[in-house]
Amino acid sequence: MRKIDSKLAQVVPPALLIAVLVAVWWIVVARSDSPIFPTPGQVATGAWALAKDGTLWQHIEASLFRVEIGFGMAFLVAVPLGLWMGWVSSAFYTLNPLFQMLRPISPIAWIPVAILWFGVSDFSPIFLIFISSVFPMMVQTTVGVRTIDRRYLRAASNFGVSRWVLFRRVVIPAVLPEIIVGMRIGLGVAWLVVVAAEMIALNSGLGYLIMDSRNAGNRYDLVIASMIIIGVIGLLLDGATRLLEQLDTVKWRYVR
Amino acid sequence: MSDNKIAVEGLSKGFGALAVIDNADFQVGDGEFVAIVGPSGCGKSTLLNVIAGFERADSGAVRIDGAKVTGPSRNGIMISQHGSVFPWLNVQDNVLFGLTGGNPAERMARAHRYIEMVGLSGFEKAFPHELSGGMLKRVELARAFAVKPEILYMDEPFSALDALMSLKMQIELRRILDEERHTVLLITHDVEEAIYLADRILVLTPRPTKIQTVFQVDLPHPRKLSDPRAQELREAILKELGL
Repeated sequence: MRKIDSKLAQVVPPALLIAVLVAVWWIVVARSDSPIFPTPGQVATGAWALAKDGTLWQHIEASLFRVEIGFGMAFLVAVPLGLWMGWVSSAFYTLNPLFQMLRPISPIAWIPVAILWFGVSDFSPIFLIFISSVFPMMVQTTVGVRTIDRRYLRAASNFGVSRWVLFRRVVIPAVLPEIIVGMRIGLGVAWLVVVAAEMIALNSGLGYLIMDSRNAGNRYDLVIASMIIIGVIGLLLDGATRLLEQLDTVKWRYVR
Repeated sequence: MSDNKIAVEGLSKGFGALAVIDNADFQVGDGEFVAIVGPSGCGKSTLLNVIAGFERADSGAVRIDGAKVTGPSRNGIMISQHGSVFPWLNVQDNVLFGLTGGNPAERMARAHRYIEMVGLSGFEKAFPHELSGGMLKRVELARAFAVKPEILYMDEPFSALDALMSLKMQIELRRILDEERHTVLLITHDVEEAIYLADRILVLTPRPTKIQTVFQVDLPHPRKLSDPRAQELREAILKELGL
């Protein structure tokens, strides 16, 4: 009974809150007679038309593709580097200052560089996504390795296991929960950045859709629709990453 | 003496200006159960960590079977207060962790034998976060016994458990030790635990610590703490500890 209650408590209040906000939005726009800002109804109609002629899916697909590639490459670079930096002190002291310096540079600042290097192509946004998501994942992995509880390392050395076994059966699983946290942060940033990147270049993607809708005759219904779709997809991406937290080998970190 | 398993010779250690162990000297015989009790903060854990090879002594040496200890070894497994059961492995994989040699089926059979010995049959696939504190201790014991170490180092192994579970684990440990012969070095602040389990009890001085007194426990197992001789011993040890 309590379980059902808590499930309801998790779903009903946020749904109500959103419903109230939409209602307020609708009433305010209807009353103010704004010629440009759309009502929720107009947004839904505009989005429906785009969905029906298929262009909406093309834009979503284009954005997701760039995030997949950029985030995927960032993951492949960040995790090994993070493990190495966490495990080998000299690597940490050598590389960490450089990465800490690169990390606070906004991906937006890289846009001119990206255009210079990769031109107006798919590579520019992919590069920007890579740059923005590689550092949080690397930092999280490094911290994860450096904060492994010493008693586990001691136990492993007590049993005299080889370095390889130590790494594979103790270090990696001990860090896995931190890597998953890093993935959540990295994917969130990647999705944030793809939209910004697409506003500058290219002719596809949800970011492009926003700029194009505004430029092509102030279609604010489509601007708002894109924003909402971006938010929903971001939520779904985060939810998908959170499913990893259900793995038996990482649950220990999230229970209690 | 040649049948000494562990020989601690003039061991001293400090952390910076703080002297922790001051010229400790004692031996543990093969198959003997020695308990070390001392006031809290006296350096008991440091002493055990040095003997087990996890920390280095400033001077003096520890010899196991005559060979100088230079680092941890699977020949002497440490069981500590907070435990080190890997939370990302299930019970069975934890017990399998230390096992090498033989084929997988043999290793599995051995793991299961020790899981059964500590009374965890049926929990092979359970993860540590699903187990109680007492069960976790059993996993740790099974993992240690499974590699058949000659020595067990126990650093207040049951002190994180509640009194009842702690008592239960002492009885279990005694039962297992009757089946499997091991040399055991136990650090504890619980005098009754020491009397219940040990063949010999060393009382340490406050820091910098060394051996103050040695008590022989010549009582047959299973022991009853209500036995007048045990009570007498308890009084004597507590007196040594200044109580």
